Amino acid sequence: MTAQLEIRHVSKVFGGVQAVNRVTFDVNQGELVSVIGPNGAGKTTVLNMISGFHHPDLGSIVFEGTDITGRAPSRIATLGVGRTFQNIALFRGMTVLDNLMLGRHVHMKTGVLAGMLYAGRTRREEVEHRRVVEDVIDFLEIEPLRKRVVGALPFGLQKRVELGRALAAHPKILLLDEPMGGMNVEEKEDMARFVLDVNDEWGTTVVLVEHDMGVVMDISQRVVVMDLGETIAEGTPVDVKANPLVIKAYLGGKTGAKTWAGRRGTGDRIDASTARRA
Amino acid sequence: MEFFFDLTVNGLLVGLMYALVAVGFVLIYKATSVINFAQGDLVMFAAYGAAVMLGLGWMPLWAVIPVLATGMVALGFVLERGILRPLIGQPVISVIMVTIGLAFVLQGLAAILWKAGTRELPLPVRVEPYVVGGVFISPINVVAAVTAILSLVAFGLFFTRSRFGIAMRAVADDQQASMTVGINVRRVFALSWAIAGIAAAAGGLIWGNMLGVDTFLALVGLKVFPVVILGGLDSILGAIVGGLIVGLVESIAAGYLDPYVGGGTKDFVPYVLMILVLFVRPHGFFGREIIERV
Repeated sequence: MTAQLEIRHVSKVFGGVQAVNRVTFDVNQGELVSVIGPNGAGKTTVLNMISGFHHPDLGSIVFEGTDITGRAPSRIATLGVGRTFQNIALFRGMTVLDNLMLGRHVHMKTGVLAGMLYAGRTRREEVEHRRVVEDVIDFLEIEPLRKRVVGALPFGLQKRVELGRALAAHPKILLLDEPMGGMNVEEKEDMARFVLDVNDEWGTTVVLVEHDMGVVMDISQRVVVMDLGETIAEGTPVDVKANPLVIKAYLGGKTGAKTWAGRRGTGDRIDASTARRA
Repeated sequence: MEFFFDLTVNGLLVGLMYALVAVGFVLIYKATSVINFAQGDLVMFAAYGAAVMLGLGWMPLWAVIPVLATGMVALGFVLERGILRPLIGQPVISVIMVTIGLAFVLQGLAAILWKAGTRELPLPVRVEPYVVGGVFISPINVVAAVTAILSLVAFGLFFTRSRFGIAMRAVADDQQASMTVGINVRRVFALSWAIAGIAAAAGGLIWGNMLGVDTFLALVGLKVFPVVILGGLDSILGAIVGGLIVGLVESIAAGYLDPYVGGGTKDFVPYVLMILVLFVRPHGFFGREIIERV
């Protein structure tokens, strides 16, 4: 079986910095894969290359048999690649409902002229989009927020709305960049539950970049570990935890009494303000 | 008192026309963050196009209008594609300089193509004013106002009802999020220039008729600045309200002050207003207050 997403030897240089160096991994249909690594490891750059915001200098990315290397972000979105961002990309001046409806953009077919000529069809289409959006609102438990302006919502809820915006498109694969970053324990648990449910119930493939090791190890089927732009390990959470290279990357050359397990749940996370713009 | 109503009504009617051209400007600024100093020159170019086409006598007015609109849309596309797109990501000041340069290129081009000297742009509108309840209303002002209102309503429907219009609002709000939901941001940029071209075509027809067509017509574009500073650079509603206020203020000021100062009040009062507004509300009355945290 060929993988749904094949990343082959992709590299990206920013100025003199080798942000990503010959990274190769596959993501299979229906999987929940996490990409982890210390700050500056190149995780976000990899997501940006998949979704088309950065174009790889070398290598190729194939999604469901289509080579999407260097395609425009809007084209890649149309193919069924959904995405959320570390620093949240939402239409801050619009309501939650508008944001989610815009999430349906890739599925909106009727143009201006056709919209005028076939008002009935357009209305049916609109009703259908609204139904999908209501399902997402239900699923994420944000019913009371429908008419609220996004910019005025607290950070944790904005993250949830952003997930909703991505889900509204019914993506085939969902790229989540630190969906739990900057959240408290309760919010993290909610978010972890949503991500798991999307993966379980909707069968959506998920690629998760996250710093909270507790969450990552609990919900991932497979983990890819990056350090300084390269993949240094790949495998089940149990394998990865035991990998000496991984321990070295996270804890430095000389490990003391501290073990990986000791870091569980402490959340090696970075705030948006200190995050390196990758 | 009748004199006052006279000035008010005609000022508001002209103000609607300012609003229309300002909407073209605001649209480009909102969607692409480009401050387009060449908006007035687009109006001038459109007026020349109309005057030349009518002057040749090949086509009646009803045929000239769609040709003109199509031509201006094409010009908008070409400018966006050829000049502004390569500048995406460059410093704001470079982009501003380029649009100023573009303004002079358009003026020069018009002079070369169609010779200097004022042309007429005759429209089938009667010259003698209507008298309504003792108030004199210039027919061309009525035509201008109706044109502006129809265009503004059409733009309004386009923004709130059509998929493209909603995409434009989305791009104005957040480009990264727009790309993520599958909106082709470049196409939206091109579209905003095309719509600004249509607004310029409407403005060119009316102002060309009122003021005569020569390269000085581009100066009406400068009136866009008090309008948008008043309303807020990124607000379409602001452009409409700002246009009405500028039209009103200059008309009243000209009516009462011109006899004492010997004319020309109309040309500077809007700018005095603009400076005052900048003192008290730099982001205009409807614009988004951009807070930069350092």
